[in-house]
Amino acid sequence: MLKVYETELRSRLLLGTSRYPSPAVLTEAVKASRAEVVTVSLRRESSGERAGQGFWGIIRELGVRVLPNTAGCHSVKEALTTAQMAREVFATSWIKLEVIGEDDTLQPDVFGLVEAARILSADGFDVFPYTTEDLVVADKLLEAGCRVLMPWGAPIGSGRGLNNLFGLKALRAHFPDVPLIIDAGIGVPSHAAQAMELGFDAVLINTAVAQARHPAQMAAAFAQALEAGRAAHLAGPMEPRDMAAPSTPAIGKAFLG
Amino acid sequence: MKILVNGAWRETDASDLAAALTALGYGEAVVATALNGEFVATGSRADARLTDGDRLEVLAPMQGG
Repeated sequence: MLKVYETELRSRLLLGTSRYPSPAVLTEAVKASRAEVVTVSLRRESSGERAGQGFWGIIRELGVRVLPNTAGCHSVKEALTTAQMAREVFATSWIKLEVIGEDDTLQPDVFGLVEAARILSADGFDVFPYTTEDLVVADKLLEAGCRVLMPWGAPIGSGRGLNNLFGLKALRAHFPDVPLIIDAGIGVPSHAAQAMELGFDAVLINTAVAQARHPAQMAAAFAQALEAGRAAHLAGPMEPRDMAAPSTPAIGKAFLG
Repeated sequence: MKILVNGAWRETDASDLAAALTALGYGEAVVATALNGEFVATGSRADARLTDGDRLEVLAPMQGG
């Protein structure tokens, strides 16, 4: 079972709640994914429409744990204030910390990220930092108090899978005991299975499910891929080799020439 | 006085944040507030005095990735 900040999770799929065609489809997808954690955000509420109140009602009915994010924050100050607001509204110390440094790739500003992570950890938050596969940054985040890391697979919403396999493998090898959740860039279930085969602990998926033609069906497909990938990791995959190696024994082969 | 609420100027007579939220129609809505960029907890809203030109952010749960 996956343990993050003293919470045990059976499902290794964390699901985003954004970009679904309708609230009903979102509900179906969350159920089909069997996710126990969904990500949410905070946005301006209009006193007339009160869209946020309706959304919050849907999430509460699902009975899942929420992981609020600081999406869209470009400075430490913004991220800190957003985290404090999220803690009050969602009544959780969990925060998916995003400090965005570059708009084309939505690449994290890792300097601001470490600074914000340190302040929030000291303030009692359980920080889930959205980071890169950089080993030194990972080390600084752990030193700042994070006990989970969320390295990107590829830029948010790009669906490109695991962009830097070498870097991600190195991260996994360097921090064998830290829960590592691949966040962002997963496009299809095979990407998620690959992450699990490499020994990552969980995957956060949003766009790949929300923008699928049939989101609930895709959510179920991801759940299966994660289970298969995890089982494969535990089973110990073979080492790849460059040349062929016959799988059928040569000994005892009939001479028919 | 005028205060900036979620990016739009609004006229209000409320002297504190709690009263302003009620006057603006938020009632019992689940929201978090920040005044001039600083988080104001629910329990502190009545003590948060408003002055002309203040920037108020009223946020609620929303979809997120």
